[in-house]
Amino acid sequence: MSTAPLAGIGVGSGSAAGAVAKAAPAPVLPPPRPVTDPAAETAAVRAALAEVVADLEARAARAGGTAADVLTAQAMIAADPVLADRAAELVATGTDGPHAVTGAYAAFRAALLAAGGYFAERAADLDDLRDRAVARLLGLPMPGLPDPGHPYVLVADDLAPADTALLDPERVLALITVRGGPTSHTAILAKALGLPAVVGCAGAAGLHDGRQVLVLAAEGTVHPDPGPEDVRRAAEEQRRRRERAAGATGPGRTADGHPVALLVNLGALHELDGAAAADSEGVGLFRTEFLYLDREQAPTVEEQTAAYRTVFEAFAGRRITVRTLDAGADKPLPFATAADEENPALGVRGLRTAVRDPQLLETQLAAIAEAARSTGADVRVMAPMVSLPAEAAAFAARVRAHGLPAAGAMVEVPAAALRAERLAEACDFLSIGTNDLAQYAFAADRTLGALAELLDPWQPALLDLVAATAEGAAARGVPVGVCGEAAADPDLAPVLVGLGVTGLSAAPACLPEVRAALADRTLADCRRLAVLARTAPDAATARARVREALGAPAD
Amino acid sequence: MPQLQVIVGAQSGLHARPASLFVRAAARQTVKVGVGRPGQTPVDARSLLSVLALAAGHGETLELTADGDGAQDALGELAALLADDLDAVR
Repeated sequence: MSTAPLAGIGVGSGSAAGAVAKAAPAPVLPPPRPVTDPAAETAAVRAALAEVVADLEARAARAGGTAADVLTAQAMIAADPVLADRAAELVATGTDGPHAVTGAYAAFRAALLAAGGYFAERAADLDDLRDRAVARLLGLPMPGLPDPGHPYVLVADDLAPADTALLDPERVLALITVRGGPTSHTAILAKALGLPAVVGCAGAAGLHDGRQVLVLAAEGTVHPDPGPEDVRRAAEEQRRRRERAAGATGPGRTADGHPVALLVNLGALHELDGAAAADSEGVGLFRTEFLYLDREQAPTVEEQTAAYRTVFEAFAGRRITVRTLDAGADKPLPFATAADEENPALGVRGLRTAVRDPQLLETQLAAIAEAARSTGADVRVMAPMVSLPAEAAAFAARVRAHGLPAAGAMVEVPAAALRAERLAEACDFLSIGTNDLAQYAFAADRTLGALAELLDPWQPALLDLVAATAEGAAARGVPVGVCGEAAADPDLAPVLVGLGVTGLSAAPACLPEVRAALADRTLADCRRLAVLARTAPDAATARARVREALGAPAD
Repeated sequence: MPQLQVIVGAQSGLHARPASLFVRAAARQTVKVGVGRPGQTPVDARSLLSVLALAAGHGETLELTADGDGAQDALGELAALLADDLDAVR
């Protein structure tokens, strides 16, 4: 390699080579400045708004399908004549262009938020449109996804959930972000799309548009100006991995036939078709927050029942594990979250909100039960953020009171992992959320890229907590799954199975490699790998030891 | 000034798709059309943001106003559109 590689945190095990295209960050509003030529300032504002419209329309013409509809709708908002007039009025009263555009959008934003429901959901779109117009006025590149006209390696500071709708896996070869950790939105998105990614890569800030890079996700490195031989070798390795993954199908099992349930994570109805089409035994984690976000009030039982029924029907004949509302922390809801918490990740969130507002959970359970009855689906229900065995028991009782046959508890709090046997006593299954379990075990905010090392799923202490949970569950004969990002790592999957995990739930695109990794190893191999990882002094050594052992031929 | 009251027919209210269909139709008219709740200052029917900000729900009554040549025709066309179930996919 002709240039020193840039180090970051790899997501997935793929690789890709291509030209960099950068996503510009949202502009920062400069301090207000006096307007000396109002006519010129107004003209600049109108020109900037028109350029945003033209850009969105051009993108819509190239995009096609759902993305084109989204872009056309955005262009129509940006072209709003009253918006431009309001901005012009603000300029006339002495406001500079960037502040006038911001002010004009702010008035509509407030009105839509106040309206709630469908209308409030548009508010985030307005922020993006505002940023685009302000960037134009400041002479900065428009924020958001680039469109160089050819497949590219996307380099961004970090990606927001809003970017995900428009990210086209046919055009994006790989993702590199300067910030973000292993559980950031970018990492989750990359897994969902099956794209190689390197996150938390500080050196990527220096990459410019058009620079050739080779992204090696398994190593967490980005190689600028790679030699042709390196690119060829990476492509060959990628092809081999894909072939191996394509070779294994059907229910998950080790080489000696020990079953491991392979399931998909599902978090929104637009993911449903892809999730249902994947070769899996069902849904291991159905996140229900999407029904509640951007609303002033909780959805009605009828609305929820209809949504659950859609999902249950798509997975007819397979199992669906529904997680009840996980509000709070990074997902605040006006009707479920206290506004005055100084430490929301440690506050009233997950199942704890159901203690303060029992009706929220009652309505959700009634809707799940009704949808389960009318579809005959194999539905299991679990609670997020369980800390005490008594909480698990109370939750299970409420689930069963609705006629639902299987109740479980998420293990995300170290206290729950340490007392897993008591938890399992009250439950039909346990499910380990490794992202939050790492956050709480290491006292490390999972959204901070700077703490990525502490949040590494290979940390031996985290594996100890997984082992404690699996032992507790086994003592009571209940299954225990993993549904965090750890379950998506094909090298870590055999380790988790060796620790006693009986099911893995991940983004659909990750399952083939996980299935292939398990099919190559016996349960005894998995147990040996688990010992190798748990006895390592640190995460990097654990990963290196297991990878070395996996590279060696199976015995 | 000619005006016409109409009940919003779109099942989920005057949001996303119904609102944009309405606004596009208003922009095609030769006269400027206002829309709002009866008794309140109408907003420009060509402004998607203003129409969205009305947050008009299914079954709500809105008032259309227009002035000048062709005002009656414009009101008739837009009122028919508003009363229709614009959520229905055709």
